[in-house]
Amino acid sequence: MSILQDANRKQISNRRKVDMTLHILFLIATSIGIIALMALLIQIMMDGLSRLNLELFTNYPSRMAAKAGMKSAIVGSIYMVLIMAPISFILGVGAAIYLEEYAKKSAFTRLIQLNISTLAGVPSIVYGILGLTIFVRGLALERSLLSGALTMTLLVLPIIIVSAQEAIRAVPKARRDASFALGATKWQTVSRSVLPSAISSILTGVILALSRAIGETAPLVMIGALTFVAFLPESIMDQFTVMPIQIFNWVSRPQLAFHELAAAGIIVLLALLIIMNISAVMLRNKYQKNV
Amino acid sequence: MSTATALKTLIDIRDLDLYYGTYHALKKVSMTIPEKAVTAFIGPSGCGKSTLLRTLNRMNDMIIGTRIEGKVEIAGTDIYSNEVDVETLRKKVGMVFQQPNPFPKSIYDNIAYGPRLHGTRSKSQLDEIVEQSLKQAVLWDEVKDYLKRSAFSLSGGQQQRLCIARALAVNPDILLMDEATSALDPISTLKIEELVQELKHRYTIVMVTHNMHQAARVSDQTVFFLNGEVVEFDNTETLFSNPSDKRTEDYITGRFG
Repeated sequence: MSILQDANRKQISNRRKVDMTLHILFLIATSIGIIALMALLIQIMMDGLSRLNLELFTNYPSRMAAKAGMKSAIVGSIYMVLIMAPISFILGVGAAIYLEEYAKKSAFTRLIQLNISTLAGVPSIVYGILGLTIFVRGLALERSLLSGALTMTLLVLPIIIVSAQEAIRAVPKARRDASFALGATKWQTVSRSVLPSAISSILTGVILALSRAIGETAPLVMIGALTFVAFLPESIMDQFTVMPIQIFNWVSRPQLAFHELAAAGIIVLLALLIIMNISAVMLRNKYQKNV
Repeated sequence: MSTATALKTLIDIRDLDLYYGTYHALKKVSMTIPEKAVTAFIGPSGCGKSTLLRTLNRMNDMIIGTRIEGKVEIAGTDIYSNEVDVETLRKKVGMVFQQPNPFPKSIYDNIAYGPRLHGTRSKSQLDEIVEQSLKQAVLWDEVKDYLKRSAFSLSGGQQQRLCIARALAVNPDILLMDEATSALDPISTLKIEELVQELKHRYTIVMVTHNMHQAARVSDQTVFFLNGEVVEFDNTETLFSNPSDKRTEDYITGRFG
């Protein structure tokens, strides 16, 4: 008998059957998610595309569906992100640098670390309560754009810290050694060697965290962002609304026309999220080329 | 023999003990390292040779739980005293690592990294330093037209010479090489060995190697370590041809390690 002829072909055929069965099972598992998402998208497109016109972007909310738009909500969301982005970047990356580079590895820092990881999973409504207590009442910032942005900053901070820490930790030790061996101080090493290597992953994490904030509703409902705002905020102390709140408001009305408006609003929100995610990928690629 | 006596001592290590936590990594190490010569540390893995090298520019400071007793003097100054800033020490005592570790920057920026740390801003001065350093590392002719290219575009051996040039750019007196050729091919290794022969006219070189033949080829003095102790320290020629300790003889004839 040739060395390539195995008497135990039945056993091999059984192994292949297991392989094939699992292959199909995994495919089904993947498909269920994708099919559900596609169904949702198609449903929203069918409902909303007819309402997706210029008025949606230029009109303020109205009791009459024909006249209603989400200008104040779109502008509110954009303003909120513009305020959040620098604050959450500085605080989040600063905390990550401290924890990774400066903090001594003690029981205390491990406790802080555990807390931050836990905070990343706390329900967003809890941040709403915190924001209401601290910013709206405590600091008397009222139901302003600033209160909303600060509350959302708290919400995304743990996510940014954890992702920035991972990015910093991924920088090889050899690059730090090279810098220290040339006589660099800690900050020189962090700013000239570690951060340039980590910045693309850090920015990706920040953008993804911000895109989560854009889709959040609960904390802002809690601190009292309004559902009906017929003006644009002119200062950070003005009242405001954001896209998900406007969508929620439209969905909760009985008339079909408002449901279509809500679907159109969701399309706009999704488009914004996709743009942010694409820009995160592009940023990453741009910096990786420089490496 | 005459060379050894003619050389001035630059580094003086006396009764140095080093502990990582409870682990006693260096035991009562004493030796003098002469100026403008190549001193090689040899010995089996874990014998403490890299540890001693890293005490010379205080890179061990960054390992938590490291404790030191005894004295390390460079040019008459105790490098662990309060009068010495570790930044200045590391500027004067450069280091090249086992794996080439260029920064993900251009060739130019890699060399300019050190001078910039220490405050050199002028473009013409930096240009000059970059050119001089690359020439000293015998890399200039290969890269002079590609200074803006990423350092990662270089081969492993070129990267290691870039790292040597980068260390030279801050104008050190001493160059520490921690198994700097162990990740390289034989031809690149030979180039670096030739380079070391050139550099020793201007710099004091201390190299760790687990390649005994390299120590024999390149160094003027050799120190043999075993289990954190210095077993023997002599002129390279004497140590390899006529070792005074039985353990040294066993090691260099390949009976262990």
